[in-house]
Amino acid sequence: MNTFKPVLTEHIGQPDCHTLSFYKSVGGYTALEKILKMKPEDVTQEVKDSNLRGRGGAGFSTGVKWGFIPKDSNKPKYLINNADESEPGTFKDRLLMNKAPHQMLEGMIIAAYAIGCHTSFIYIRGEFYKEYKILEKTIAEAYENNILGQNILGSNYNLDIVIHRGAGAYICGEETGLIESLEGKRGWPRIKPPFPAIEGYLQSPTIVNNVETLSCIPHIINRGSSWFKSIGPEKGPGPRLFCISGCINKPGVYEEPMGISLKELIYEKAGGIPDDKQLKAVFPGGSSSAILTAEEALDVKMDFEDLVEKKSMLGSAGVIVMDETVDMVQACLNIARFYAHESCGQCTPCREGTVWLVKMLTRLVNGGGKPNDIDMLFEITDNIGGLIDFSKGSYGKTICPFGEAVAWPVRSLVEKFKAEFLEYLPEEKAVA
Amino acid sequence: MNSNGKSMQGFTFVDPERVEQIFSQYPDKKSATLPLLHLAQSQHGYISNSVINTIADLVDCHPAIVMDCVSFYTMLYTKPQGRHIIQVCQTLSCSLNGADSLVDHVMDKYEIKPGETTADDRFTLMKVECLGSCGTAPVVQINKEYHEGLSTQNFDKLLESFE
Ligand SMILES: Cc1cc2nc3c(=O)[nH]c(=O)nc-3n(C[C@H](O)[C@H](O)[C@H](O)COP(=O)(O)O)c2cc1C
Ligand code: SF4
Ligand code: FES
Repeated sequence: MNTFKPVLTEHIGQPDCHTLSFYKSVGGYTALEKILKMKPEDVTQEVKDSNLRGRGGAGFSTGVKWGFIPKDSNKPKYLINNADESEPGTFKDRLLMNKAPHQMLEGMIIAAYAIGCHTSFIYIRGEFYKEYKILEKTIAEAYENNILGQNILGSNYNLDIVIHRGAGAYICGEETGLIESLEGKRGWPRIKPPFPAIEGYLQSPTIVNNVETLSCIPHIINRGSSWFKSIGPEKGPGPRLFCISGCINKPGVYEEPMGISLKELIYEKAGGIPDDKQLKAVFPGGSSSAILTAEEALDVKMDFEDLVEKKSMLGSAGVIVMDETVDMVQACLNIARFYAHESCGQCTPCREGTVWLVKMLTRLVNGGGKPNDIDMLFEITDNIGGLIDFSKGSYGKTICPFGEAVAWPVRSLVEKFKAEFLEYLPEEKAVA
Repeated sequence: MNSNGKSMQGFTFVDPERVEQIFSQYPDKKSATLPLLHLAQSQHGYISNSVINTIADLVDCHPAIVMDCVSFYTMLYTKPQGRHIIQVCQTLSCSLNGADSLVDHVMDKYEIKPGETTADDRFTLMKVECLGSCGTAPVVQINKEYHEGLSTQNFDKLLESFE
């Protein structure tokens, strides 16, 4: 694996790397030229063969998802690029939009062509104003050069791309919450099924893909699905942008092959922990993933399968590192507060449960904890998102996976660092 | 546009061409709601009732529906804000890298709490959730711009640059 050369970020850092002329000088839009001569279903097949899995969080096969678009439907088809990037610990899509926007755009056009879409949206979080302005320019350049609009590059394919700004709501990153938001409503996720590929935006077939997922597409077309599959584990291959933040010497985005060890990522790539402090815990895939203890973290590979085996997940590959000085109860409260603030309020266990977690943890931190608080914390998290044990089938207590996204980190924190939680109990009560 | 004869007081967009352009981008009217709200807020500073009425008229729905949407999003303000909005990220990576002292600094320096505006309307302070820039924690957004990797000293200097 020493031979890995960055794919998505190869040219990032060169002057004007965001411009069309630069992108073309490094082979940009040749994949588009190629696929415009292919049958759409062959494009989908190539992506399916690459085993590309979504980079937004759920890790679903991209080609398989595109294949769900009904062939016989005469409704319009929509492609939505999910640029909501709001999972705590995640900041890779922002880099791609800033530095390689045409790569993402080319991926979008190819995806749109494959599913028969003529109007596509970029749903970008409202706070990313600078990136929004960059994308406006990117799209304008593309229209001026017949890369978007009517009869793209002399083919008879037409596509318009619209940038839609969000307005500050984490839940609008969830694909059905996003679709509701795009329709001009509050971002309340929908019950699935029907899945968006069947009934999405305006009840029409819709594919939602993440910025990084789409950015992989031109490379798969240019270099072939077998090349892509040869990078990292075959079942979930490819280059991956790992975001490293928290207590770390060199925080940032690192492009590495899927399956790199977390140890190498932290200690070799990102320079280890400041002041040589000890590692205490890591969120491997954003704050919605179950936490890993130092021991677990040093023994895990950053791919879909290995992290599931460790009862966590790769999620958005947002690695949050915590050193020995971090108070895990405070960290837990911080995370719980995030979810209480961001719950859309639609499902009772999630709406009420997240608020209860914050209240109980605040009371605990302030010295007012009760002996059975630990059990209560377990009970509440299990009520919101079920047990962490995947084999027991924990899904289904809430409308969207946000329920699991709060239950897993909180429950795993309490479970794995229980002693710290107990220490917060007032002394006379802790005896039991 | 308004049929109730109150158009004198009603909100109107100063750039009707932009409004038209927004509508032309979507297959249905209601999808234009959020972009119109953004446009209105950039013109008016916040979303007043008359903004809601005007947009409801334009997208053909009851004002309560637009209000429902407005109340859901943290970036849409239903009250006037200070000239500069300071948004300090308080989520984990920023918190681990000193975000709390940035909040404290504003609180001490300008004697406001999160959610409040200084008496001279210069600043509104807000604590916000992850801004998607955790690699450069702690992060503060002031108005539209991100300021990354701030120390209390840099932050203080930065604040002074806003009138
Ligand atoms: C609570 C929640 C928040 C999410 N936030 C994001 C996000 O910010 N960006 C993103 O791409 N996907 C996010 N997702 C995943 C999307 O629902 C969806 O699976 C993804 O955009 C599909 O694209 P992909 O297959 O290319 O990964 C989120 C999911 C949940 C449950
Ligand atoms: S689980 Fe939470 S965020 Fe998801 S729909 Fe239910 S209330 Fe909303
Ligand atoms: S935690 Fe502050 S930007 Fe992500």
